[in-house]
Amino acid sequence: MAASTDMLEREATLQGLGTSRLRKEDARFIRGKGTYIDDIKLPGMLFGAMVRSPYAHARIKSINKDKALAVPGVVAVLVADDLKPVKLDWMPTLGSDVQAVLADEKVCFQLQEVAMVIATDRYAASDGADMVEVDYEELPVLVDPHKAMDADAPIIREDIADKDEVGHGKRTHPNHIFTWEAGDKDATDSVFANAEVTVKEEILNPRVHPCPMETCGCVASFDKVTGQLTVYITSQAPHLVRTVVAMLSGIPESKIRIIGGDIGGGFGNKVPIYPGYVVAIVASIVTGVPIKWIESRIDNISTTGFARDYHGIGELAADKDGRIKALRFTALADHGAFNSHVSATKLPAGLFSICTGSYDIPTAYCRVDAVYTNKAPGGVAYRCSLRVTEAVYLIERMMDVLAQKLSIDKAEIRRRNFVNADKFPYSTSLGWTLDSGDYHTALEKVLQAVDYEGLRKEQAEKRAKGELMGIGLCTFTEIVGAGPTKVCDILGIGLFDSCDIRVNPTGSAIARLGTMSQGQGHATTYAQIIATELGLSSEEIQIEEGDTDKAPYGAGTWGSRSTPVAGAAAAMAARKIRAKAQAIAAHLLEVGEGDLEWEIDRFNVKGNPAQSKTMKEIALAAHTGDLPDGMEQGLDATEYYDPPNMTFPFGAYVCVVDIDRFTGETKVRRFYALDDCGTRINPMIIEGQIHGGLTEAFAVAFGQAIPFDENGNHLGNSLMDYFLPTAVETPHWETDHTVTPSPHHPIGAKGVAESPHVGGIPCFSNAVVDAFAHLGVTHMDMPHTAFRVWQQCKALGINTR
Amino acid sequence: MIPREFDYHAPQSIPDALGLLAQFGDEAKLLAGGHSLLPMMKLRLAEPGHLIDLGRIRELQGIREDGDTLRIGAMTTENQLIWSQLLQDKCPLLVEGARLISDPQVRYKGTIGGDISHGDPANDHPALMLALGASYVLQSASGERVVSADDFFVGMYDTLLQPDEIMTEIRIPAPAQGTGYCYAKLKRKVGDFATAAAAVTLRMQGETVQEVAIALTNVGACALRAREAEDALRGKTLDDAALAEAARLAMSICDPVEDQRGDVEYKTAMAGEMTRRALSTANSRATH
Ligand SMILES: Cc1cc2nc3c(=O)[nH]c(=O)nc-3n(C[C@H](O)[C@H](O)[C@H](O)COP(=O)(O)OP(=O)(O)OC[C@H]3O[C@@H](n4cnc5c(N)ncnc54)[C@H](O)[C@@H]3O)c2cc1C
Repeated sequence: MAASTDMLEREATLQGLGTSRLRKEDARFIRGKGTYIDDIKLPGMLFGAMVRSPYAHARIKSINKDKALAVPGVVAVLVADDLKPVKLDWMPTLGSDVQAVLADEKVCFQLQEVAMVIATDRYAASDGADMVEVDYEELPVLVDPHKAMDADAPIIREDIADKDEVGHGKRTHPNHIFTWEAGDKDATDSVFANAEVTVKEEILNPRVHPCPMETCGCVASFDKVTGQLTVYITSQAPHLVRTVVAMLSGIPESKIRIIGGDIGGGFGNKVPIYPGYVVAIVASIVTGVPIKWIESRIDNISTTGFARDYHGIGELAADKDGRIKALRFTALADHGAFNSHVSATKLPAGLFSICTGSYDIPTAYCRVDAVYTNKAPGGVAYRCSLRVTEAVYLIERMMDVLAQKLSIDKAEIRRRNFVNADKFPYSTSLGWTLDSGDYHTALEKVLQAVDYEGLRKEQAEKRAKGELMGIGLCTFTEIVGAGPTKVCDILGIGLFDSCDIRVNPTGSAIARLGTMSQGQGHATTYAQIIATELGLSSEEIQIEEGDTDKAPYGAGTWGSRSTPVAGAAAAMAARKIRAKAQAIAAHLLEVGEGDLEWEIDRFNVKGNPAQSKTMKEIALAAHTGDLPDGMEQGLDATEYYDPPNMTFPFGAYVCVVDIDRFTGETKVRRFYALDDCGTRINPMIIEGQIHGGLTEAFAVAFGQAIPFDENGNHLGNSLMDYFLPTAVETPHWETDHTVTPSPHHPIGAKGVAESPHVGGIPCFSNAVVDAFAHLGVTHMDMPHTAFRVWQQCKALGINTR
Repeated sequence: MIPREFDYHAPQSIPDALGLLAQFGDEAKLLAGGHSLLPMMKLRLAEPGHLIDLGRIRELQGIREDGDTLRIGAMTTENQLIWSQLLQDKCPLLVEGARLISDPQVRYKGTIGGDISHGDPANDHPALMLALGASYVLQSASGERVVSADDFFVGMYDTLLQPDEIMTEIRIPAPAQGTGYCYAKLKRKVGDFATAAAAVTLRMQGETVQEVAIALTNVGACALRAREAEDALRGKTLDDAALAEAARLAMSICDPVEDQRGDVEYKTAMAGEMTRRALSTANSRATH
């Protein structure tokens, strides 16, 4: 008894894996002690203000800097021609394309970067930016991606008009970027041709933006004496930035230091390299003083890292019992004016081929055609590993469409098609190996929790009275943790990640990783992993990320890859340390290593637990001369971890909505989210991630969109229109979980932060459409604003009394 | 999002403020809570060379009762309206309306005088004032005049306020005991302007409408008084047919501008729906 109490206490002091310990970073953040990019102030620092194009497509006939240069405080005005001598007028993108750093001869989207005014303060810089005179000649504008490949479509990219490929295979039109396919087209077509039932639906994932609280920005500081370039930057992937800057500038990578600092939210918006960063760097190299550039909110929403804009067509073939025989999904992807979306070299449409979802679908084919339009570049941001939201949205919507067609209950259609728990690891017809899952258990648990039968009964009663109530289901499978280097690389760099741990003589430790927290709580969760692996208190394990001079190389934090990849690296590095510690313990206790067993925070001699060495004792010993022969001092290890597979978190969600048919307003009455992310490191942090992801899913489903008029002008790019829900609008979230560990991850963990976003969006849409299902409606595109839902009511003639 | 350079003045009295207005003329702008003016300056849609801050002028503060009239200083903030027990007792419509304006941060700074003077058809106070039969005190170097809310709004951002005038006070005849009221506002989220809204005051005699005022927000160049709807209701029972007719007549005067909140048809329909809801709620609150 006594022994076990003691063990529980020792376990508790670690605050390791599975405990909901408070976040170590929060004391700093809630006291205003964070250091965000705009908090960085360096001596002699100048400010850059961007001059942006008012037109979506226009030729630049001339730029006159004189009046701007005459504004007091203005030091310089940089335009494309000024970047040419240093060969930085164009830059490579993370999508195998090139992008104009400052518009060269023509602008291709509204608010494109045309010039940067450098001045002594940001007021003078703004005054100067107002005085730069640009003479434009307007060109015909291409807004609708469906018209991008028309014979008479305006050509957007004259710079590559004669190139028959931009990194991803043959192009068939000057506005064509790539066509990507997966699966077996012929086999799929033939199943469709002979199927008992087929369904088809056009489904749009509108252009949205993650809109992190902190906009993008940087402070670039080049020291002309040492040749050292330091860049403080809002980047989710500082090492990738360092490599790109080295490639671009010719400065040796060893003389470039990229510092991520604290980041006020990223959600994918802060993965790409933006023109503002590059111009600030050039300006600092030229002037030799630090240059700060900070985006405004409107600039952020309008020009940096949008998401989606996937115009999909979903098709399923099934038997009359609703068992799916084949899937055919295609999408037209609007990538804007440059293909600067982040993509692994071999995966231009990201992980879209996860679109078979949680279902056992024997035959499938999918295809994505990407095109240029006169809109800002981007496409993969927003809490999603590269097109997973689009894929999951399609399959989860199509499951409902099929259920409606066959008059099968929407839970039942899922049950009939789930991959059975005994089939894992399961190979999908589009080539992924789902590591683990138990979909039936998750769904049944949720249906019971919300009394699904009761809800359906209530819905029938409401319908009889002419009221609109909808029940949405979503049983998604996510794919996160990019990724195995044989599948995933960016600019040739594999997407491994890393952890470097150093244990101090007194038994505290510091660990550095190649990832970059933007609010996810890395300082806490990584410490908890290491705490449990090493038997040291997470309170005394310091986590550092984001400073490329300190951290080992890694691909950063995006696509829910931190826990699956860097978290694994942390566990593996800790295990290397524990192996060395075991050798030291054996030496100190004068027994063989095999005679020892690990217990929470120490090695015990098997059968004689009174004889033991704690990790703290071993840490001290590691710094003395009393070590096994030939062993070096120190207790450090570094791990570069290349995951054998992605991880596949999943979940079952239910949403209940009531719709006011006279105003079109939707009220989310209930949202129940069960997530399975494998081993749970810090349940409180997981819960926080789920609340955040669901809230962002709610935002996308009910209001977010970046609309344009036919001239490519933005119609809603400030927070007046772009929907960021407050606590008042946000529904109450109920959360639940099951635990199905990943078999290939060292601690069985999968990612979680994206799941609620990826799974939440279709769940909301399914609920809204379900409210109209009895009236024959099979699909409604997002966002489900009051206005748009009212239009649906009107089309059905139910908007009046 | 960076305004042009300007000079800042903080007069302590109305005469001082009027003096500065006279001195700088077109170059000057009065600054109240700043929540309409400063966003326009940041977008460089307004570029005044001088800001005359009314924030230090005592005479522009305060809410008091003067016989049957409620007198509200132009610089009274939305939150001060909301917190006023006097208004809660005597003019709950104004409290209900103020609560629906923007978000708590804006309500700490934004003023009733600024909200009215700005002449923005999306602002909520203009319709509330119409429904309450308010009048405004406008002061200039040559004296003061009192204009009725019904006459004040001329068009989009256009009011009777002259460049040399300051709105000093809002006067509201205290609604009779038992007056029903409601401000029904449809908006997309906290902090949003109305897609459409309706302000109603209503006096009932038994089941018939004795007196009613209906005013609409954000469905025209300025706040609209729905007089035909009012006329149609007087002497009637507020049954479904009467509500439908009032909504129809209210909709007939709407001329909204399409934006992200919706198109002309939707906004017009919502003005009707808000009218209907405001009337029903006002009826349920009125003494019969
Ligand atoms: C995010 C956001 C949401 C909002 N939502 C709403 C909403 O839902 N409903 C709503 O009604 N308003 C809304 N507003 C506007 C807000 O209520 C403003 O505070 C109000 O419109 C202006 O009042 P102010 O005191 O801030 O005036 P200021 O912005 O200081 O001034 C506005 C104009 O009035 C003039 N002015 C001010 N006071 C006087 C005076 N005493 N005499 C003469 N001229 C004067 C100024 O010169 C200026 O031209 C919103 C504002 C924001 C930023």
